[in-house]
Amino acid sequence: MMADVEIDCLTVQFGSFTAVKDVSLQIRQGEFFSFLGPSGCGKTTILRTISGFQDPTNGAVRIGGQDMSGIGPNQRPTALIFQNLALFPLMTVFENIGYGLRVRGVPKANRDRKVDELLHLTALSDQGHKKIEELSGGQKQRVAIARALAVEPKVLLLDEPLSALDLKLRQYMRNELRAIQRRVGVTFIYITHDQGEALTMSDRIAVMNRGKIEQVGNGRDVYEYPQTSFVASFVGENNGFSGTITKISGDQAEIETSVGRLVGLNKKSLVVGAKAILFIRPEAMQCGAQGENNLSGIAADAAYEGMTTHLTMKVHDGSSIIATLTGAPALEFPPQGSSVSFAFATRDALILPV
Amino acid sequence: MLSSAGHPFIFILPFIAIVIFWVMAKFEPKPVGVTQKSFFERNGVPVAIYLIVAVTFWSLFMIVLPQLFMVEMSFRPKLPQIEIGGPKDLYTFENYHYFIYGSTTISDAINWVHIKAFFLTIFASLLIAIFNLALCYPLAFYMAQVAPAARVRFFLLLLIAPYWVNEILRAFALRIMLSSNGLINKILIGSGVVDQPVDFIGNDIALYAGLGYAYMLLMIFSLYNTIETLDHAQIEAARDLGAPWWHIHTFIVIPFIKPGVASGCTLVFMLSAGSLAAPLVLSGPRSLWFTPIVYDRFNQAFNWPQGAAYALILLIACVTFVLFVLRLGRLSLGEIAK
Repeated sequence: MMADVEIDCLTVQFGSFTAVKDVSLQIRQGEFFSFLGPSGCGKTTILRTISGFQDPTNGAVRIGGQDMSGIGPNQRPTALIFQNLALFPLMTVFENIGYGLRVRGVPKANRDRKVDELLHLTALSDQGHKKIEELSGGQKQRVAIARALAVEPKVLLLDEPLSALDLKLRQYMRNELRAIQRRVGVTFIYITHDQGEALTMSDRIAVMNRGKIEQVGNGRDVYEYPQTSFVASFVGENNGFSGTITKISGDQAEIETSVGRLVGLNKKSLVVGAKAILFIRPEAMQCGAQGENNLSGIAADAAYEGMTTHLTMKVHDGSSIIATLTGAPALEFPPQGSSVSFAFATRDALILPV
Repeated sequence: MLSSAGHPFIFILPFIAIVIFWVMAKFEPKPVGVTQKSFFERNGVPVAIYLIVAVTFWSLFMIVLPQLFMVEMSFRPKLPQIEIGGPKDLYTFENYHYFIYGSTTISDAINWVHIKAFFLTIFASLLIAIFNLALCYPLAFYMAQVAPAARVRFFLLLLIAPYWVNEILRAFALRIMLSSNGLINKILIGSGVVDQPVDFIGNDIALYAGLGYAYMLLMIFSLYNTIETLDHAQIEAARDLGAPWWHIHTFIVIPFIKPGVASGCTLVFMLSAGSLAAPLVLSGPRSLWFTPIVYDRFNQAFNWPQGAAYALILLIACVTFVLFVLRLGRLSLGEIAK
């Protein structure tokens, strides 16, 4: 395995605030790698450190095996796509894309050929002469990508570039970005707070919280096998029941919660008496049937979304539990205010430390 | 003639202007298909009346009339008080004739002293504007894009504080600093850089320094305001694409701030060319700045018509020059006023 970008014990501090705490990570060549986390978790700081706009307080960034300390952003083999794109408003699309090549002193003929290629790659062939302000949101997006790819970076860094687009366009651009990445084979490092983007596009995801990496893995790992309670609750919907572990049997544990005793998988080898949270996905919940773990309460809300229906049940302590049902069972909504019961299987529930 | 027949006209003029503005407000062009309230409904009658009267007063008494009187006066001969309005008080070009030939009637010799002073003033003002631009750009860029907010406030205070001192006092202070036995010469001699005091005043260095300093703030603010509107991400994007610092300034920052550069240079150029205090205090015995000459027409020669003609020549030359330069830079007046 060849590491293209290597982050080694990276710490970044702003005054007394630590934005990134001792992060180590290896990103492979040609990988689509995402940093996923809430705002303020330090993901943008990591990106700025890789691109060279932020100096690390401690630790190092290596690209292609070469230590990047002391090398400015204009000398690094990276290209950054800014959150607001930062296209040059006084230049045409063509000039924007060609800027990096012009800086490098590439002769005009070669430059024009390269820009034409990129216009073609990003489906902008007939837009070259236009001013930036004449473009739509999605076209601006593609100009920014083409401008960054023009300098043939080893690593393309993307700082939430889709956040300004509307929903439909955002979903379209996800596929577009993935397709461009496959075509050019450049390592993409993608920053987002949107788990949908991270899950659909990425080869691997690093979930970050408070300057630390909670878990690294592919979309399935992160969604189905969360290692920490933060990952379990941040990635996708989840029902969490906190309590104290009362009994261990094999790979299962029993936890005493405010809604009763529940049993789940104890993959983290927690011991009796430990504070823990049991997580169960809404789609693993069953409605009406009896199972290994049973919960009862009052039906509060049924949100019909076509293919799925989200049922919300209020339990006696006032908290809500969500069950997501698909297909036929969803048609039998319990009437609002009537008593209802949910059940789930022990193998679907994960017990994680607080 | 305006002076005799003009008096009733002047009393009527404001009312005519008010009526014109009122009609403009009443029949202002409205966007088609959009129902918009009229000027009076939008602002309420009292405010609307105040706006119309205030704008009339301001445009008429502050701008149009004073200049109109100057223009009119510049075409009249210099006459003793008793003959004003008499048979000899006819419109004439003699004041302009004097500027070129040094006499109101004879065209034998060219008035080199005044013409030279005129062109020197234009040229030196231009240099001062350019020098000021070079001096202020790095500071304005630092303040607008690099420095943290607290330091920008501190810098602004430092920049503004000297302007609390009035212009004459500042000019004299500079004169004292730059005189033969002033602080600067003492330092230069004391440190062995020169062995004779440098004649800053005789060589007009003091004058240019004083003029440059007098209007620096206008340049800084013009630049600062435009540089501040440049998204910092653009600079980072250019850097990320591999641009060295000079390339970023030449091709990203400067094209963007062109209107600010134009407005700063225009202000400094116009005000330097029309400045009086600094040239009076700081110019050497040999130098002749144009504004003191104009001043002398009024106050030494007691020739107001000639003074008016001279002032008008300077004004028209400056405005023409500025419009020409803006045209070269493909800028409109509207853009630099932003």
